[in-house]
Amino acid sequence: MTPLIETIGVGKAYGDFVALDDVSLSIAEGELVSIVGPNGAGKTTLVNVLTGLLRPSAGVVRFKGEDIAGIGPVKLARRGMARAFQLVHIFPAMTVAETIAVAVLSQTGKSRRLFASVRSDAAVHDRVREVATIFGLEAKLDAESRLLSQGEKKLLDIASAFALAPEVILLDEPTSGVSSGDKHGIMRNVVDAARRAGVKAIILVEHDMDLVAEYSSRIVALTAGKVLADRAPAEFFGDPEIVAAVVGKMVGKLKKSA
Amino acid sequence: MALLAVLVLAVFPQVAQPYYITLVLPALAYSIALLGFNLLFGTTGLLSFGHALFVAIGAYGAAVLSSKLGVRSFEAVLLLSGAAAVAIALPVALLSVRYVRIFFGILTLAFGMLFHSFLFKFYDITGGDTGIRVLRPALLGMDFKSLDKTAFLIGPFYYYCLALLVLLAFVMWRLIHSPFGLHLVAIRENPRKAEYLGVRVRRFRLIAFLISAFYCAVGGVILAINTGQADPELAYWTHSGELVFMTVLGGFASFFGPLVGAFTFIFLKSELMGVTQYWRFVLGVTLLLIVILFPRGLMGLANDLWARVRRA
Repeated sequence: MTPLIETIGVGKAYGDFVALDDVSLSIAEGELVSIVGPNGAGKTTLVNVLTGLLRPSAGVVRFKGEDIAGIGPVKLARRGMARAFQLVHIFPAMTVAETIAVAVLSQTGKSRRLFASVRSDAAVHDRVREVATIFGLEAKLDAESRLLSQGEKKLLDIASAFALAPEVILLDEPTSGVSSGDKHGIMRNVVDAARRAGVKAIILVEHDMDLVAEYSSRIVALTAGKVLADRAPAEFFGDPEIVAAVVGKMVGKLKKSA
Repeated sequence: MALLAVLVLAVFPQVAQPYYITLVLPALAYSIALLGFNLLFGTTGLLSFGHALFVAIGAYGAAVLSSKLGVRSFEAVLLLSGAAAVAIALPVALLSVRYVRIFFGILTLAFGMLFHSFLFKFYDITGGDTGIRVLRPALLGMDFKSLDKTAFLIGPFYYYCLALLVLLAFVMWRLIHSPFGLHLVAIRENPRKAEYLGVRVRRFRLIAFLISAFYCAVGGVILAINTGQADPELAYWTHSGELVFMTVLGGFASFFGPLVGAFTFIFLKSELMGVTQYWRFVLGVTLLLIVILFPRGLMGLANDLWARVRRA
């Protein structure tokens, strides 16, 4: 079976600086793969390559067997990969319903309707409500996004990505900026929603080892642009050397969240 | 409210002096132009400092078609001038929509200045600084020969333009409330996020730009027929500035704001010019006060007052 996502020998250099070096990994249906590593390990670069935003300077990146190097976020969204950002990305002046509707309209190919009415499209309306309900935002449909709480903004960001009905969703620190009490709630919500919505694989970029340990089916550790380890959680956390390499520089962070 | 405004405008020529009626015509013209301008500015978040370019193309289109090519049908003049504006807007937009904020503004400003100098230098085609005369068009095939110029302008032409404004405002209303319009707002609010939701940001900006150019050209045609002249001042960058002024004055966040701005600006300017030679100074101070005190313009102010009245 072809993997959903696959990179073979991917490298990315900016001048002399090597951000990624010979990264090969593959993600299959049903997996939740966490990408971990200290700051500057190349996580963000890898995510940008995986989402077609950056063209790698070496190697191949494929999604569903097709080359997606540098194809850009719009085409990738249409092929079935969605992304939620580390920093909350919302449309501040738009309501929750309008935000989700943007994704629903683009996913259903209705973007180019110049004279149709958004309000009277029942199919769009139902789908917007359905997505909002999954993320517990149904009571806030008519609220302006900028007035939501930080946690709700985060949920809306992820919900709008979900509204694309993606096969793969990439979550870049979905719980950053959220209180530690809320983080498990949001993660559980997202993982459940993904399962119900038929998402085939989740890629999670995360600093928080609690979450990584609890939700991952596999962990890919990066250091200095290279793959240090690619293992199941039990093996990963069973190897103190690797954990130290990844977590060592994040002790402060762990203490804070503990 | 909109219905009431249309009624007032429909009755206006019956009760007002001809001078004031001839002021309404440019206000109608600017209302149409600004509906387009604000699709780009208020809705999509791209502030152009060069849209007088497209107003001028409408005016020169009307001039060339009527005096040089003998086209008398107003409808043909509107469509051909609008098409010319869209054709010229295409390369301008292709370059400009790659940029945002100040870079977009400067680029459109540069294109506007380029066109202005073209009008000046190519005397044979454009008539240089004197411009070209615009002949009276036939409306729906009727040429109203029995009416003199003023009677034509404040009679049939006035009502035609009013109807045109209503029609084009309705079309714009539908556009803004369509999926296309919602995507434009998303692009204004957060282009990166919009891209990740599958919105073709540049293409949508481009389409909004072309539509705005068409509306500006229609406004330009009406302006030129009203004055009987297309001259290079129409393309000068200060004229682009006036488009921005009117939109901010009325309120770019509201659908009808630019229309309120157009009417306020035209009447304010005319009254001030009668009172003082320092009218530019007074207009400048007005804009300053609006931006500082009421950044959402007159419509924003009106909405706040209305909300306060309802609460009381």
